[in-house]
Amino acid sequence: MSYTVLAVLGVAAAVAADLWLLRTRLVTRRIFWVSYAIIVVFQLLSNGILTGFGIVVYDPGATTGLRIAYAPVEDLLFGFALVTHTLTWWVWWGRRLDRSLRRHPAPTNRRE
Amino acid sequence: MGAMRHLSYLAVLAACLLGTAPLELFLGTRVYARPRRLLLTLLPVVLIFVAWDVYAIAAGHWSFDPRSITGVRLPGHLPLDELLFFLVVPVCAVLTLEAVRAVRGWPAGDEPGDEPAAVEEAGGADQVAEGRGTVGEPGGVQG
Repeated sequence: MSYTVLAVLGVAAAVAADLWLLRTRLVTRRIFWVSYAIIVVFQLLSNGILTGFGIVVYDPGATTGLRIAYAPVEDLLFGFALVTHTLTWWVWWGRRLDRSLRRHPAPTNRRE
Repeated sequence: MGAMRHLSYLAVLAACLLGTAPLELFLGTRVYARPRRLLLTLLPVVLIFVAWDVYAIAAGHWSFDPRSITGVRLPGHLPLDELLFFLVVPVCAVLTLEAVRAVRGWPAGDEPGDEPAAVEEAGGADQVAEGRGTVGEPGGVQG
């Protein structure tokens, strides 16, 4: 499969995990989109450095050829999937660890 | 450049960590302060995305300038630098989410007691955001 196909599938899988598998529903929340808007700026910057200086090199045959700040647009999708899935797990564990915290209250230790 | 050039990729990652460190230090994001939750978050993410990376490297979707990476290769021809990428970027993402929460107080769905989620689903997200504003401020009560 080409990077383009995988990147689209990656975004779909990350959103599906958020909505239906882990049910964190982050993509329905304002905090997620505001955070992503901040992250994507720095992602384009660091990705632009990695690609612009040729540290990471892409096979032209595996992408559409469309580029944003030196990096293929597929990287934007890859980054979205990575960030979305990370934040999904972070919130999911937050719920779970919080629940076990309430079942076994430890007032002196608020570390999860 | 010479030997220093091999640290190019790592330098980008170090800049990401240094750039986000003030969020933990001054906004009270408490991401590094919750190592268990952070590790449990990183584990599935690293597994999935390293698998993708190993496949992409094998399929030739992307490659790395051998002069700009450490040269340490893990199984699957995965450069050490890439493994670190999948640790650093998620940490920065979580720090950003927690920084936005610390500053704006918006709910993320993991608030204790689940009351904020319940209120938000009833259409009161703005009230929740205002109500939690003081809670999320630096030095305030952090869940």
